Amino acid sequence: MTMLKIKNLHASVEGKEILKGVNLEINPGEVHAIMGPNGAGKSTLSSVLTGRERFEVTAGEIEFNGKNLLELPAEDRAREGIFMSFQYPVEIPGVSTVNFLKTAVNEIRKYHGLPSYPAADFLKMIREKMDLVGIDNKLLNRSLNEGFSGGEKKKNEIFQMAVLEPRLAILDETDSGLDIDALRIVANGVNKLKKPENSTIVITHYQRLLDYIVPDVVHVLYDGRIVKTAGKELVGELEAKGYDWIKEEVAECK
Amino acid sequence: MSVLEKINTDFATLFREGYSQLEQGCGAVMNGCRKEAFEKFVQLGGIPQKQEDYLYTDLLPVFNKDYRVVLKYIPQEVDMNETFRCAVTDLVTTPVLTVNGWWFDGNMVSEIPEEVVICSMREACIKYPDLLYKHYNRYAPAARKDGLVALNTAFAQDGIFVYVPDEVVLERPVQVINLLRANADLMGFQRNLVVVGKNARATVLVCDHTLSDHHFLMNNTTEVSLAQGAYLDYYQVQNQHLGASQVNSLFVSQQRKAVFDGNMVTLYGGLIRNNMYVALHEEGGECNLYGMYILDKNQVVDNFSYIDHIAPHCVSHEHFKGVMDDHSLANFSGYIRVRPDAQKTEAYQANNNLLLSEQARVNSKPQLMIDADDVKCSHGASVGQMDEEAMFYLRSRGIGPEEARMMLMFGFAHDIIRHVRLEPLRRKIDDLIDKRLRGELSKCYHCMMQCKKQE
Repeated sequence: MTMLKIKNLHASVEGKEILKGVNLEINPGEVHAIMGPNGAGKSTLSSVLTGRERFEVTAGEIEFNGKNLLELPAEDRAREGIFMSFQYPVEIPGVSTVNFLKTAVNEIRKYHGLPSYPAADFLKMIREKMDLVGIDNKLLNRSLNEGFSGGEKKKNEIFQMAVLEPRLAILDETDSGLDIDALRIVANGVNKLKKPENSTIVITHYQRLLDYIVPDVVHVLYDGRIVKTAGKELVGELEAKGYDWIKEEVAECK
Repeated sequence: MSVLEKINTDFATLFREGYSQLEQGCGAVMNGCRKEAFEKFVQLGGIPQKQEDYLYTDLLPVFNKDYRVVLKYIPQEVDMNETFRCAVTDLVTTPVLTVNGWWFDGNMVSEIPEEVVICSMREACIKYPDLLYKHYNRYAPAARKDGLVALNTAFAQDGIFVYVPDEVVLERPVQVINLLRANADLMGFQRNLVVVGKNARATVLVCDHTLSDHHFLMNNTTEVSLAQGAYLDYYQVQNQHLGASQVNSLFVSQQRKAVFDGNMVTLYGGLIRNNMYVALHEEGGECNLYGMYILDKNQVVDNFSYIDHIAPHCVSHEHFKGVMDDHSLANFSGYIRVRPDAQKTEAYQANNNLLLSEQARVNSKPQLMIDADDVKCSHGASVGQMDEEAMFYLRSRGIGPEEARMMLMFGFAHDIIRHVRLEPLRRKIDDLIDKRLRGELSKCYHCMMQCKKQE
């Protein structure tokens, strides 16, 4: 079954239309890159997928594993298996990382009719995931993201992804603000978590991350629509020619 | 006659007619202060009404009830084991009870260092007159404009006395459990005195509880003297029912290098007014005052503080946070005074409030009177609602909106509770706050009586 089917998606924020008819299909096991210049609608797309209420869907459908995603509130979308690694993860003082994760894991399990994760095993599982992703033990009892550097926050996002085991991971400009070493660690984590049943959408402005998280399909989002879809060779073309070439192509078509 | 005049007249009558009873069984030290205190009460206009420090607090409805006042000690039965256990798991304390402001004569204080004294104020007047003369009512007059403090001095007959001599470390926390229990509406006055000697250390934990359904109005004063190098870790958890109101005044006097860590946690109760006065008399003094208040329904909680940097090189940190729901009202007033010679003062103050309903209100008033020029002072106040970004982040991880709100509120409170040094106590307070935020009965589960009254 197709994991994600987006048909003719139109979305606005504060009355302004940003997405003007997006079509996209993602199958299990695939890595899709969505690239595009600023203002194209990349973050609007991820906001609409995760259910941020500020954004209004004015037309179109989104089907996730056969379910109508637009009917579900944000927490249910997460419980269905959608995870977003935020571009600017929020700091939440007073809420410890470990308590936060325990609550999230158990709410997701409850949704699926499963009992809570056995308390004794939980910490062990968490530590395994930390080792997998390469995160420092110390952050467990600290407040969520509080005092973390940009790189640490991004790594924490990937760590959460490892714990929550989503079906569809959306990496929203994960590479912004990262140096090459942090980038490698983040990409490494993402690659280790790849399974044939899950998929990844990598939203990025630059091609650098895609050297490490190699996409199967590359889309260019421009002016609220996906205007080009190709294989990973498209990344190299964009790196060489920039986005102007795409803009010209689109203009010619009109 | 206006309501205020009637209340003031009633107090005058009570003082006059009850004077001999007040004196009986009380030492000369305490008795010697009464008349002057009552005159001051009258001079200040009696119960504070429309006075600046009580501007947003209407005390009259609470004072305008037919309270019984008990002017002599009545022996009480309290089954320490069964009726009530305010235990904190994993924390061994020296518990001492008071009932309606009186030292419970069944208190058995054992296993404390020989030189340490923990007894009733009445006994202290007789056995330790020197200490009482030196300290009693020396610090409370800092409340120059508060008639309620003067009223306590006029009517106070008993309370807790703690004395830790020089160089002595009292390891085990003293746990003062103030119980209120009566067959009718009751007003009481409790007076406490804590004296910590040079380089001595102590921890005092105070819990306020109600055991019966009636209206209570307690007007309590605690004076604390910290000698050079002394340390006091002070906690107060207010968890009474909605018909129990309290004026709770704390006066701390610090000598050179003395340190005071204070934590006020207000979980439940009727009208609560906390007055906290700290005087940093000599260099190197440090005061850390943290408070957390959680209100709903029609609760009113006032936190009024006055930190006086008299000497140079002292540091004070003050941080109060509150969560208000329904029609509740919180007032915060933080006065920081830096005297002309108090150079190199560091004084930091913050008050943050989270409003959960449209009718909840908060008045936050910082006041800084800085007369020295080489100081570091700051103050800040905020009133806000739930952080939507944080809410979305939690929901995007599968956490439902109700639980997400709980986590954020708990996180908000934890910023204050993390300052609780005793780990078992911190866990207990965390647990009480969690229950409180979820609307569960705020009670120590051992309590026989539910500390929540449906009004």
